[in-house]
Amino acid sequence: MSILPFARRKPDAPARTAGTRPMSDEKFISIEGIARRYPAPGGKSSGSKTSTVFEDLWLPMRRGEFVCMIGHSGCGKTTVLNILAGLEAPTEGVVIAAGEAIEGTSLDRAVIFQGHALLPWRTVLGNVAYAVSSRWRKAGKAEVEARARKAIATVGLAGSEHKRPSELSGGMKQRVGIARALSIEPKILLMDEPFSALDALTRGTLQDEVRRICVETGQTVFMITHDVDESIYLADRIVLMTNGPMAKVAEIVENPLPKDRDRTQLHHAPGYYALRNHLMDFLVTRSKTLRDAMPAGYDQRNPPVVRPTLSEADAAAIAASEPVGKRA
Amino acid sequence: MARSLPLRAALLSLSLLVGFLLVWQVAVSGTGKTQAMDPEYAALMGQAATTGKSAMPGPMDVGATIWKHLKDPFYDRGPNDKGLGIQLAYSIGRVALGYLLAVVVAIPVGFLIGMSPLMGRALDPFIQLLKPVSPLAWMPLALYTIKDSGLSAIFVIFICSLWPMLINTAFGVSGTRKEWLNVARTLEVGPIRRAFTVILPAAAPTILTGMRISIGIAWLVIVAAEMLVGGTGIGYFVWNEWNNLSINNVIVSILVIGLVGMILDQLLARAQRLVTFPE
Ligand SMILES: Nc1ncnc2c1ncn2[C@@H]1O[C@H](COP(=O)(O)OP(=O)(O)OP(=O)(O)O)[C@@H](O)[C@H]1O
Ligand SMILES: [Mg+2]
Repeated sequence: MSILPFARRKPDAPARTAGTRPMSDEKFISIEGIARRYPAPGGKSSGSKTSTVFEDLWLPMRRGEFVCMIGHSGCGKTTVLNILAGLEAPTEGVVIAAGEAIEGTSLDRAVIFQGHALLPWRTVLGNVAYAVSSRWRKAGKAEVEARARKAIATVGLAGSEHKRPSELSGGMKQRVGIARALSIEPKILLMDEPFSALDALTRGTLQDEVRRICVETGQTVFMITHDVDESIYLADRIVLMTNGPMAKVAEIVENPLPKDRDRTQLHHAPGYYALRNHLMDFLVTRSKTLRDAMPAGYDQRNPPVVRPTLSEADAAAIAASEPVGKRA
Repeated sequence: MARSLPLRAALLSLSLLVGFLLVWQVAVSGTGKTQAMDPEYAALMGQAATTGKSAMPGPMDVGATIWKHLKDPFYDRGPNDKGLGIQLAYSIGRVALGYLLAVVVAIPVGFLIGMSPLMGRALDPFIQLLKPVSPLAWMPLALYTIKDSGLSAIFVIFICSLWPMLINTAFGVSGTRKEWLNVARTLEVGPIRRAFTVILPAAAPTILTGMRISIGIAWLVIVAAEMLVGGTGIGYFVWNEWNNLSINNVIVSILVIGLVGMILDQLLARAQRLVTFPE
């Protein structure tokens, strides 16, 4: 099997001339039949042996939507994000973002890394200014600094511009990472477990800030998380991945909670428990059972879209043995 | 003990020094006339044999010599009699030239090796083979091809400074954190800008470590090289004074060589502190 990046396509995939095509808001980002394979461990002698993280993965994302991806460790979430970022190439398939096939990284897609990834020899301002001056190459020094300061102020770090990353707390570092990503005014924001290393209190405030910023700017966001409550608070839709290897998008869960949410009052919102139970059920049992056997009628190209409702709350227990897939 | 550690250490250093100087002074001081001997023979033999005074100078003699050199470090009375300052300047000049040449070669090549696994593997056997060769072994080849003793010494300094810098640069560059490189990639930073804004700062502490090792080796080697090629320089000065049986000057040279080596090392250490970043 050849491992040419971007080149392989499923033979039955619709022919399309590479490059641009009319973009729709429904499919602002469209993951189309991507696969990622690694050479199998110790598979040198056997030649073409590979291990597949996932294959034939399809996933649409709307413009301005906040998507969270949940799945167990090792199912390939980071791999999906890296492919979206252009840091990795899929073994097969393509990803269309904003009407263009992704080939490599782009300033239109900003990444917030799990380990904040600040340059330790630069100050807070220096780190953000580095991104700004990469985005606007011809901008003067004053303009770069003004934009950087604005982004730093957005995440509430005004006054710490001249500190080095080593002088910041974990939460502050992550804020700088967010400021750096926002400063380049990306079309798409990609976040890989941005808050997992933080304490609960800091995480809460940062979730509030990220939500505020994203709602205000109508940002399209793809975020990986392990935290069910985080996904309920932030996401418009939650993508559930089955366990790897050969992970699949089991379903896309619509978040029924109103767009106008309060983190501290979340558990009083109607539909909260139904959604939470649904997600927990998935993580506890269905992520494994679904990998082994998908329900009849499951179509990888159109993963089922589910909207847990109040009435479903009672049925949550049954869901484990008989998954409900309501096609959109 | 209320006094601070540095202060106590300084006091101890000082008393060690005083103790050493005392022992030295006692060991070399004369014990008066030892033997009756024929005055003519005594005049021939000099103080060492007649008064029991050691030919080894004492700390006072060395001090006097140092004072003499300090008063007039840059005199020049022909090829065999130049001031200590002039000799040192020759040596430092050679080290600086050879060392800078090595920097100019080692850092770009180290970058190449560190960034390209192919080049790294391709050049590895050469580096492994040439690195353990004593730099002085290159001397005959250098003298034969360059036909100039001064340039040959510079070449030897170049060769001996090259390897630590090359290896450290390659190591530092290849060790640049992937996440920092990914930051540059997501920002669509070009290769040149990436090299200067991400890889160089990330590798700088390791590169400076290599440069510090190199300057130490270069200063070690210059003395030996100048003893071989002769003419000028602190190494030649030491050898010349040995031929003059001026142990005084030999001891002064040892002190001066140590002092300059220490200053060079401290300069690089300071530079290293400048580029080191706390994680
Ligand atoms: N360089 C590699 N070589 C071989 N296998 C790899 C490599 N990188 C990742 N994998 C495999 O790909 C799978 C998916 O990895 P990935 O990092 O995407 O998981 P993840 O879902 O992000 O996990 P986590 O939640 O722990 O971050 C893993 O099973 C891993 O073993
Ligand atoms: Mg991951």
